[in-house]
Amino acid sequence: MNGFLMTNAPALLIMLPLIGAFATPFIGRVSPRVRSAWVLLIMTLTTLTALLLASDVFLNGTQIYVFGAANPDLAIPLDSGGIPIRIIFTVDAMSALMQVIGAITGFAVLLYSISADRIHSGLESFYTLFLLMIAGIMGMVSTGDLFNFFVFLEILSISSAGLIAYRIDGGLAVEAALKYFILSTIGAMVILIGIGIYYGEYNALNIAMIASRMQFTLLDQIALVLIIAALAMKCGSVPMHFWTPDAYSMAPSSITAMLVVASQASLYGLFRVVFTLYNVTLNAMTVGWIIIILGVLSMVVGVTMAIPQKNVKRLMAYHAISQTGYMLLGVGVGLAVLGNQPLMESFGYIAMEGGIFHIINHAMYKGLLFLTAGAIFFRIGTYNLNKMGGLGHSMKYTMIFFIIGALAIAGIPPFNGFASKLMIYESVFAFNPVLAVIAMVVSILTLASFVKVFHSIFMGPKLPEYETVQEAPVPMLIGMGVLAAIVILFGLFPQPVVDGLIAPAAHALADQSGYIAAVLGGA
Amino acid sequence: MMDLFASLSTGTGYWNPLAWLLATVVAAVIVYLIWRRGESGYKKGTIQTTPFISGNPEPDKGMVHIRASNLYWGYLDALKGYYDFIVPAHTGIVNDYVLWYLGVTAALIIVVVVFV
Amino acid sequence: MFWNLPFIAVATLSLIGLATVVTKKNLIKIFLGINIFEAAVNLFLISLGYREGGIAPIFTSAPSTDMVMATPQALTLTSIVIGVATSALLLSFAVIIWKKYGTIDTDQIRRLRE
Repeated sequence: MNGFLMTNAPALLIMLPLIGAFATPFIGRVSPRVRSAWVLLIMTLTTLTALLLASDVFLNGTQIYVFGAANPDLAIPLDSGGIPIRIIFTVDAMSALMQVIGAITGFAVLLYSISADRIHSGLESFYTLFLLMIAGIMGMVSTGDLFNFFVFLEILSISSAGLIAYRIDGGLAVEAALKYFILSTIGAMVILIGIGIYYGEYNALNIAMIASRMQFTLLDQIALVLIIAALAMKCGSVPMHFWTPDAYSMAPSSITAMLVVASQASLYGLFRVVFTLYNVTLNAMTVGWIIIILGVLSMVVGVTMAIPQKNVKRLMAYHAISQTGYMLLGVGVGLAVLGNQPLMESFGYIAMEGGIFHIINHAMYKGLLFLTAGAIFFRIGTYNLNKMGGLGHSMKYTMIFFIIGALAIAGIPPFNGFASKLMIYESVFAFNPVLAVIAMVVSILTLASFVKVFHSIFMGPKLPEYETVQEAPVPMLIGMGVLAAIVILFGLFPQPVVDGLIAPAAHALADQSGYIAAVLGGA
Repeated sequence: MMDLFASLSTGTGYWNPLAWLLATVVAAVIVYLIWRRGESGYKKGTIQTTPFISGNPEPDKGMVHIRASNLYWGYLDALKGYYDFIVPAHTGIVNDYVLWYLGVTAALIIVVVVFV
Repeated sequence: MFWNLPFIAVATLSLIGLATVVTKKNLIKIFLGINIFEAAVNLFLISLGYREGGIAPIFTSAPSTDMVMATPQALTLTSIVIGVATSALLLSFAVIIWKKYGTIDTDQIRRLRE
């Protein structure tokens, strides 16, 4: 049983959410409580599978799963002449890390959503689309095949668009979903052109196969830029970030926390293409500086647009753009010194580890902040900062969770934001001091903006219109508590996390030959 | 077990959050000892605990709280040139969004092909 | 010029489709532009599989084994289905926006800005 679970874990990881999603409307007809129990069961099983697979990958190296073969390890069919022709899921340490992030965030968000979204109608479609989103995220980060990546990207964007438009809100949420979906569709079509270019040149769709055959011709350069630009747009980097504040502010709060993870999955796709598909064949300095410039622009524009905002979720969405800039900066610095082994040893790997550590930290504290905003909306019915005040008297736990999230995002010790930002500051300073100074100034502006939000919502005397406001319901507090516990734990014990989770992921990302050997050579 | 409490090593330095916590606890103890030496003989609810606003009457609770839009007035006024450029750039029209995306793609193609 | 004609058609169609999305203000025209762009990408995928002198890739009573590549045909089918789902969702968004806003002009659908 344990062996069956271990070898088939990558397939189970997408099968469980898919089966759960399609069964939810039928099971939901019995009663709402049965539907909530079913969705929670599916999400728990998916989380356990993801943690099991992650432990297997971190102990034993890259795992592959071949769909449709007699034996899941048979990557190269015996009569194909050395070409892997089936769809292969290649789970290396970076994929396992993203799966863990998606699973934990999905579980916490689902606990929160069971009580927060109880007031809505049409909940069968809501949970169906939610499980499809989880399936899309898990598929996107596990797959080793480029066209399969495109298919899961489309699954993710279609279900996210449906969920963003869920509350209609007099047309505002549908407008946000429309803008997100138009951009997303055009981006996905451009990615498909890039994938077609690779197929036309190398007659293969498997990432390891294309990586082993890659020469950096003119068509490859064009395909690289098409895919980088499209995936950078999907993760919300400036100057293609315009959909992010609209979509994040209009979606229900639980979905916004999942949208953050969806953007990180697109960021993972960007890193997979740049590091594993190309590695040293591309011009590392040029492409590295492109990603660094995108990162710096995202950081600065994100935080400066956040300060004058009046809608609390729009403000947090601009901060999500800004934090994505930190990840792009860290990994971009790692990319810029990719071929140069002494520089990689001295600060390149630390920069990549900082960027990747920031991905998991950001998913945790950003999810926590969006869930607190949702809890406040649940009690007082508005997101407008000008109308709030004095809620610290009645919503004490929500205030504590908000303080934890706000200090973490500003990079204040001892929370996890400080650990990853310290790694990014020190390694980027060794690369180019100006970038580190910009990063620190952005961090200060982030703190300023969250002090504004904290004062507006929680400080001050108890306002007369909010006399009867109570604390948020207990399931919501539990969901927020899971994320806050991880924020504190990763902050207090950063080195075990970096040694166990992040450093293997960074090394697996930079190591193209290990990835190719796991698919083509070993099996 | 001891490496659970190890310091985070960035390439050029170390950071140990538990040492920081220890320092914060020591500082908090010192702060508490200073606080205990404060004035404790006051009566709540009399004029000794109401806010002192130079003798003026206290306004109602709803008017005391400064709202969000007024909080960073000085900063927003100082950076007016930058904000007058970037806030109207976020037009809200979906054609502009697609144009930005395609424009960045075209610019990046030119940069990568020229600088290979 | 004949063997490059599909790729020239792909470039032309995608430019027409993207120009429609960028310049037209009516929401339905934008969706038609997206559909033209999708058709261009599908044409690109199919024309990648062409091999000179090949026949359709069906093994049953085939006159010769010199066939065009079958993989891009599978990719194109998947892409067509994704295009159908995308168009359906976009059109349903347009219906709701018409009901709530009373207009489908993108210059008016900008209540979420800055």
